[in-house]
Amino acid sequence: MISASNEAVPSGGSVRHAAAGNGTSPAIADELAEPLTPEQLAAEWEEERPPHAGPLANVAAAVAAAGLGTAGLITSMGMGLGSPEKPEPGLWPFIISLVMITMSVALLLFGRKKLDAEAFSSSSWQVAAGIATLVGFVLVVGVTGFEIPTLLLTFIWLKFLGKETWRMSVLLSFAVTAAFYLIFVVALSVPIPHLF
Amino acid sequence: MDFLAPVINGFGVVLEPTNLLYCLIGVVIGMLIGVLPGLGPAATIAILLPLTYGVEPVTAIIMLSGIFYGAQYGGTITSVLLRLPGEASSVVTVFDGFALARQGRAGTALGIAAIGSFFGGTVAIIGLTLLAPIVAGFALDFGPPEYTALAMLGILLVATVSNGSKLKSIIAASLGLLLATVGRDTFTGEARFTFDNLSLADGLDFVPIAMGIFGLGEILYNLEERHNKVQAPAKVANVWPSRKDLKESSGAIGRGSVLGFFLGILPGGGATIASLAAYAMEKKRARNPERFGRGAVEGVAAPESANNAAATSSFIPLLTLGIPANATMAIIFGALLIQGVTPGPQLVQNDPELFWGVVNSMYIGNILLLIMSIPLVGIFVKILRVRAAILAPITVLITLIGVYTINNSIFDIWLVIAFGLLGYMMKKFGFEPGPLVLAFVLGSLLEENLRRSLLVFGGDPAGFVGRPISGVLLLAFLAVMLLPLLQKAVRKTRTPARPVEALHEEKERV
Repeated sequence: MISASNEAVPSGGSVRHAAAGNGTSPAIADELAEPLTPEQLAAEWEEERPPHAGPLANVAAAVAAAGLGTAGLITSMGMGLGSPEKPEPGLWPFIISLVMITMSVALLLFGRKKLDAEAFSSSSWQVAAGIATLVGFVLVVGVTGFEIPTLLLTFIWLKFLGKETWRMSVLLSFAVTAAFYLIFVVALSVPIPHLF
Repeated sequence: MDFLAPVINGFGVVLEPTNLLYCLIGVVIGMLIGVLPGLGPAATIAILLPLTYGVEPVTAIIMLSGIFYGAQYGGTITSVLLRLPGEASSVVTVFDGFALARQGRAGTALGIAAIGSFFGGTVAIIGLTLLAPIVAGFALDFGPPEYTALAMLGILLVATVSNGSKLKSIIAASLGLLLATVGRDTFTGEARFTFDNLSLADGLDFVPIAMGIFGLGEILYNLEERHNKVQAPAKVANVWPSRKDLKESSGAIGRGSVLGFFLGILPGGGATIASLAAYAMEKKRARNPERFGRGAVEGVAAPESANNAAATSSFIPLLTLGIPANATMAIIFGALLIQGVTPGPQLVQNDPELFWGVVNSMYIGNILLLIMSIPLVGIFVKILRVRAAILAPITVLITLIGVYTINNSIFDIWLVIAFGLLGYMMKKFGFEPGPLVLAFVLGSLLEENLRRSLLVFGGDPAGFVGRPISGVLLLAFLAVMLLPLLQKAVRKTRTPARPVEALHEEKERV
């Protein structure tokens, strides 16, 4: 039970790390060997994060939220507000919409400069492509059953969004589809539209 | 002895084979998602919600809570071995955990973390057992005004304590409240925001929203931000900490557990804040604080005990007041509602089997996790090699097919995709998804109680201040609202934020 690893070996860990990380570039191994203070680590994480979007992103978000709030405000007024003694259905959504608009205006006026929004980059297209495959999945699933769209979606996500090899992608997408069929159709008899 | 009888009966519930099995499934999944970068506990629980439809309420909640506290154990592994926090609550463990790993003492760090987590979890369960019935008893007198004030304070705290911009969090929360009004008005039966769509007539379901915003939103976000730098971790030699290590860290474990327990109870508190606070406290207390960040065992022990204690104690406000303290609890709240159980002060009395079954399952879960994190840790280290690219399509399909199975409705799949897109956009624009989901869950409760109280008070809002408890809660609401503005005025003259605070800004993976 007594640990053998408590004799401190100052460099042992990093050497082992470099050796264990077969396939990792030497640069990463070097970087791992470096001791970092919490401050440096924080700075490094900050660097790794995607680039900030400018204040314009916050303006856009604030305008969108204010627009949503205004739409809510108008719709809830249409439902009738009533009075505090006799509230009608529109009163509560009216109050929330008001809060939402106030906060959006505050964001527009005071929160613009906080750089917490992320810029879209070329890899954001991957997300768009991902969403497109999901939409395709729903459109097709009612017509052909879930097997074919499942196979295609898995393959696209593995090969094109995940940059896996052809072999891996083909094998895995068949395996995943088979597993889903076995779990959802055979084992759980979920009434999802299916071919077989 | 009257007090102990239901507690002991609860063990009977836990020891039923089904419940034991689901407890095991829960903690294994929790441990896995803690280890795998990408999905956090809230996202995972959201994605797995459809699984809970077919089982008993107590079984479902045993599994879901197992995922939550299991993730606190698992998150440590990546922090120590890869310097990548698996969960937001393990961010501070990175400093000393990774430093220890570099000295070849990864095993020691993991072992101490596991023991600390176990101790913290157990302390918190005992605290939960003792404190929860008292809180519930106190809250039995709560009427609509108290619930109104409590729900408002809960939402505000979760919105303001979260990492992102407070303004944005409040906007997200009000969007959640607005979404909760969709459907038939409970008082008058009038349709609100349904746009004459039949699928919206009964309101929006919680499950597609949670699955979309937390689950799919997170997956889409990760699609862009692949964790490319994940490398194979070091081999872990020996995870049994020596007696010396244990002695050095026992104080830190004790203090971390107690601090974590109390921070977990507070609305808006939770595992992340508890771990940060515990680390800061240990560093402040230490005789030579410069050891911290260079491989101090206490720097691993304190935050890991604290985050597990907090994860457990955050069940107290949910199970006794019916107010979820954080985003993950909001999902468990939703899961209980789906099962037809309304969490609140009556739960301990009306449904003791559920209450004590869930609480006592945590002892078993923590023992299972201790076994998995010490002798079996090697298996989980191997799982680190699974690439995120392979998991992504699988989780997406589980989400899409899972949500369909609830109502056999294609419309629900569309909802998940729409809310997934919203969740992704929110993350990109710096909005926290937690406040939205929490506000959505509490929305109808808040409106109902507000309108009831207004009826009681004859439309006079001053009535809220007239009742002592709701008055105090509203005072706290105002304080939380105005304090940041005051602080901002003071801080303008001070130096910029300290590094630990800066780290806290690290995007939380929920």
